[in-house]
Amino acid sequence: MQQLTELFQYEFMVRAFWAGLIVAIIAPLIGSFLVVRRLSLIADTLSHVALTGVAIGLLLGINPLITTMICTVVTAYIIEELRSNERISAESVLAMILPGGLAMALILISLANGFNTSLITYLFGSITAVTQQDLWIIFGLGIGIAVIFILFYREFMYTSFDEESARTSGIPVKLINHLFMILIALTVSVAMKVVGALLIGALMIIPVITAMQIVQGFKKSIVVSVGVAFISMIMGLIVSYYANLPAGATIVMTSISLFALISILKRI
Amino acid sequence: MDTIIPHAIEIKNLSFSYEKEQVLTNVNCKIDVGSYVGIVGHNGSGKSTLLKLILGILQPDKGKVYLFGKDNSVSIEWSKIGYVSQKAGISISHVPITVDEVVKMEKVSDYAVDEALTSVHMLKFKHKLLRELSGGQQQRIFIARALVKKPQLLILDEPTVGVDVKTQETFYELLSRLNTEQNITLLLVSHDLHTISHKVKTVIQLDRKTYPYNLTSCNVNHIHSPYAAAH
Repeated sequence: MQQLTELFQYEFMVRAFWAGLIVAIIAPLIGSFLVVRRLSLIADTLSHVALTGVAIGLLLGINPLITTMICTVVTAYIIEELRSNERISAESVLAMILPGGLAMALILISLANGFNTSLITYLFGSITAVTQQDLWIIFGLGIGIAVIFILFYREFMYTSFDEESARTSGIPVKLINHLFMILIALTVSVAMKVVGALLIGALMIIPVITAMQIVQGFKKSIVVSVGVAFISMIMGLIVSYYANLPAGATIVMTSISLFALISILKRI
Repeated sequence: MDTIIPHAIEIKNLSFSYEKEQVLTNVNCKIDVGSYVGIVGHNGSGKSTLLKLILGILQPDKGKVYLFGKDNSVSIEWSKIGYVSQKAGISISHVPITVDEVVKMEKVSDYAVDEALTSVHMLKFKHKLLRELSGGQQQRIFIARALVKKPQLLILDEPTVGVDVKTQETFYELLSRLNTEQNITLLLVSHDLHTISHKVKTVIQLDRKTYPYNLTSCNVNHIHSPYAAAH
């Protein structure tokens, strides 16, 4: 117990826990509707685009979190526009933008050599490097995302399950879809520093599919998925601290372990 | 002085094309309140396009659609319209959503949910997972969701696809009951002319220029059909 409290003597660990817990709440909230829409890959796509945002931020000397948000939100808007015109499948749109985001980031890196190390912290996450300014941005965005999620829960739910019927319920489907895409983009931006761009998708999806195995009811599955993400985050951070492992990867592996454990227990 | 009751649906000189492909040409149709109408036609005949034009999801190249006397390009009173989409059940197989949650996607009270489920004889399944129900039962739940806001017009797009013949019978009995007992105007789209022709009161056949059933108020000219071209 004393060893556990020792963790919180360090300010960077306190910040890490706060940032992690905020991400553990919002990632599964958004992830639940991604699973319904069968758009799990969108988080990975936006996280690759986020790298472009990071590179721009580092290049211009601005907090990368801000440039990342701008890049992901603009890309999310473009994805939704392309997806909704039905001439290009959602899958193809994502398959085009994912490598595009990475390619642009690589070009920017080569143009301004010198921040490869910083970029790697965004690729694989560096929760212990969360600054006080980052924490305030994560906190503000986290509350904003959660409030919008609660306010528009019915609209997001109806539109995700059945877009055509939602329209006949008077829901402005196009607007709701764009709003949802913005929430995904912001969640990716917020989560990037915590778990890393390459691992965000896992944190948005794995707790959700874990919860969906054990509960009856969509709303209940959202609540349980937040719980699963919380446990993964706390256990992952503790293990990573004491075993000296990368935090993002440990958090994701913890959530996969929980998924595997529940899958096995369900079959017994 | 007599009050003029507007038609549930009135279509005037409606034309629509997807880029260069003309799908509907100069369609005129009036559907009275309390009617039970089936729109039939083969794949690609424009049935679903016509539905989307009626619901304002697509905009016509030419012409107008009036719902209860109001131009649907200006505004639609969604509270009067229930819709059961062909895609309603697509996203449910991998998600643990309950019957109760499906109906509550409409903004209604618990009492209204119970009432709607009772009207389709599905109240006892309220807390069940939707994916645990049969295709026919799921379709009833989607109808309950459309009915929960007490619509005056219920539109169903291919409601019996994937449903066995026996279940189809009870399904059509339910629709007839809704039409006669609650005076809900029903508009049903199907590719199955044989079945539909025995169930509904009026048929709009999008493949032909003539109408084999008691369709008197519609004038549908449709140039896309090979059948129409041959005759």
